[in-house]
Amino acid sequence: MEQQFHIFPVRATTHAWQVDLLFFFELTVSALFVALIAGLVIYLSLKYRRKSPDEFPPYTPPNGMVEATYTIVPFLIMMVMFFWGGAVYVRARRPPANAMQINVIGKQWMWKIQHPEGPREINTLHVPVGRPIKLLMTSQDVIHDFGIPAFRIKQDVLPGTYSTEWFEATRVGEYHLFCDQYCGDLHSQMIGRVVVMEPSAYQAWLAGTVPDAPPAVSGARLFQSYGCVACHGQRAPTLAGLYMSQVRLDDGRTVLADEQYLRESIIEPAAKIVAGYGPIMPSFRAQLTEEQIFDLIEYIKSLGSARDNSVPGASAAGPQTRPSERPVNGYRPDLLPDQPPARQPPAYNQNLPEGSVQ
Amino acid sequence: MTAIPLTPDYAAPETYLNSSHSIRSWLLTRDHKRIGILYMISITFMFLIAACGAGLVRINLLTPSGILPEPSMYNKAFSVHGILMVWWFLVPSVPATLGNFLLPLMIGARDLAFPRLNLASWYLFIISAIMILGVVTFGGIDTGWTFYTPYSDAFANTRVTLAVAAIFINGFSSILTGLNFIVSTHTMRAPGMTWFRLPLFVWAMYATSLIFVLATPVLAITLTLLGIERLLGIGIFNPALGGDPVLFQHLFWFYSHPVVYIQILPTFGIASEVVTCFARKRPFGYSMIAFSSLAIAMIGFLVWAHHMFDAGISPYSGLVFSLLSFAVAVPTAIKIFSWTATLYKGSVALETPMLYILGFMGLFTMGGLTGVMLATLGLDMHMHDTYFVVAHFHYVMVGGAVMGYLGGIHYWWPKMTGKLYSEFWGKISAAIIFIGFNLTFFPQYIAGYLGMPRRYHSYPPEFQVYNVLSTAGASILAVGYILPLIYLFWSLKFGPEAGRNPWKATGLEWQTSSPPPPENFEEIPTITRPPYAYDMMAPPAVPAV
Repeated sequence: MEQQFHIFPVRATTHAWQVDLLFFFELTVSALFVALIAGLVIYLSLKYRRKSPDEFPPYTPPNGMVEATYTIVPFLIMMVMFFWGGAVYVRARRPPANAMQINVIGKQWMWKIQHPEGPREINTLHVPVGRPIKLLMTSQDVIHDFGIPAFRIKQDVLPGTYSTEWFEATRVGEYHLFCDQYCGDLHSQMIGRVVVMEPSAYQAWLAGTVPDAPPAVSGARLFQSYGCVACHGQRAPTLAGLYMSQVRLDDGRTVLADEQYLRESIIEPAAKIVAGYGPIMPSFRAQLTEEQIFDLIEYIKSLGSARDNSVPGASAAGPQTRPSERPVNGYRPDLLPDQPPARQPPAYNQNLPEGSVQ
Repeated sequence: MTAIPLTPDYAAPETYLNSSHSIRSWLLTRDHKRIGILYMISITFMFLIAACGAGLVRINLLTPSGILPEPSMYNKAFSVHGILMVWWFLVPSVPATLGNFLLPLMIGARDLAFPRLNLASWYLFIISAIMILGVVTFGGIDTGWTFYTPYSDAFANTRVTLAVAAIFINGFSSILTGLNFIVSTHTMRAPGMTWFRLPLFVWAMYATSLIFVLATPVLAITLTLLGIERLLGIGIFNPALGGDPVLFQHLFWFYSHPVVYIQILPTFGIASEVVTCFARKRPFGYSMIAFSSLAIAMIGFLVWAHHMFDAGISPYSGLVFSLLSFAVAVPTAIKIFSWTATLYKGSVALETPMLYILGFMGLFTMGGLTGVMLATLGLDMHMHDTYFVVAHFHYVMVGGAVMGYLGGIHYWWPKMTGKLYSEFWGKISAAIIFIGFNLTFFPQYIAGYLGMPRRYHSYPPEFQVYNVLSTAGASILAVGYILPLIYLFWSLKFGPEAGRNPWKATGLEWQTSSPPPPENFEEIPTITRPPYAYDMMAPPAVPAV
């Protein structure tokens, strides 16, 4: 972390340059405007200073050209700022499809981070340089904000929903990570660092961490222990190829099955019922932690995505087929090496195993 | 009360100040001028309390680890500072003091349309002030002035419900003032006072009143919902109860962005009066200035989500709100240019009120331009919730609104009190405030772009230099604010008589005596001239009345 005196922050992403260029442009325009106004005020005040207390200068008729100029010129300049700023923003809000996803959970007052390979860390985020990283973020309690000044990005982290931000670091080093949304007593201590490493160093770092099951594997276990497998694929929609597909709902709407949809369908299943199915799934609101929901979503994603067409028959659009017509029920025994591949008997309302309730 | 209706010339004329002296006559007054004075005393007191909060904040930030022993103390300090400054100083500042005092005088009326309602609004203000001071004394509040959910409804253990109730009541005092101004402007204008002969200050008050009446109820609804959720546990904003925290932000900013214009539009009105008076020119583009006030009031209702670009709203709504935010900057730029152009071929005198207003123009321009930066989506992603935002809105609210308010106080002080203050000390304090202000808040722009987040009790050491500069500036600023308190009070006893029109201004308020009689005018004037006809005041023309 750079501790010496700075007047300008370091740039550690491709995005940072774009923000700074835009900032320099607006700073220059602003400085010119301030100089213009200040210069005019000082010049006019001196040139037309009052010479006698009874001086009442004659009327100057209004000048429409001057009025039009100082209306239109600022407007045009601001339209340049709007389009330029909008372009930078839209690009920064759209993660590339090949981005590596890291899960982030904010809570009063720490950041919990899990890498796709399994390792977890707190208040520190290790990332490889030169690779797009997408953060999928949620909060356990109040609103936080995941901000990295050197990357010029920032995104509120909300409870009950997912938000994302992405970056591609270009410079190896350690950078500040701040919670930027006031979150209570120790808001100012909800800070950390982002460590940008060479890819080889990142792999070495991963190898040296405490091993942990990748989220998809933990999710597969949860999928079984919570009895999800009993219905999904039979009385409930199949989950294979579901991720990023278009889902037809029973009210006629079609929604994109992104992470937000998957999360809502676990927490509040009745909110969006898939066409052709009944509202039979119970809510898992108080039963799963945010980590476990992340795990389940990663597991569902591992069953194939409509985007990469990894599952034959999972079309990007159109109604879901009835599970009885399909061979795949969304259950991947290969992710559960220690578990028998046999299916549980179909009983969606079965009691949960001891100790699984969080 | 004297029984003789006409005062002889050689006796002290009856004024609103000397017509009666009992405390009861002040507390039950229906005179808009006395209510304006009551408001002025009340909000000055609240300003001083809120400024103590700012002082604690600045002292705490002198060292990276924070000087206050507990972060929660710091959180309460900035929350109290923000809440008191916004609702108990800035919102009522110009409308309730200068607006109350001047609006009837400027339109040639004997009082506002609803004098009792006017007094009721002051009592509501006082009740709400007592409640919020109760919050400050017993337990404090630590949500920030923004009350973001779910922190405020499910996690904060401070006096949120009482504070919300206080703001609710305070809002009704604003609504009553706004209602009174709108009705008075429509119905109480003197003969010949057409809409386009109204002083620009009245236009600004009218635009402000529209926001008071249209936006404040939304705040009341929002805070009521927050209170209901806190007290009854009904899920509205808290996701754990099935609510939506971003909904709160939408509702809150639907009021709280327009409230920024409640704070700044009246100051625009003051600037229009002061610049024309001390340049002795008609405003360059009277109708442009008048309509830009209305345009700001209206577009100001459509920009609220620019506070939420990073709150998880869709990029498309981000684009729409960014575009609208740029749109509201255009009428603001028009005003700045109009005031500047008004100086052209004028007769410019740099008296104290003019110094304050020229300072206001410079600081507000910087606040406005950094606002344009923050409206730029790509930049807001980096600057949101940093000290850049803090610096921006202090340039607008303090450099703009407070500087303009002080300019107005200095401009109309002779009218309100009949006394002249020391020009020397007035100019000194304007200069001290300008310098102290820039030293306090300019370093925050740099710290903000470097990434220092808002509302941090402790911070990484590389930001210390900017915080020390800022705290040093704040101490200079404090001197600048205390000086006017001293020399203005001094003038009450020792100041020379001002006479009815010390600045040789054109407004109706200058044509009655200083201080004005209880009924404002001996007889209601008839207006025959365009506003700001300084060119018609040249000799041999004699000022009217």
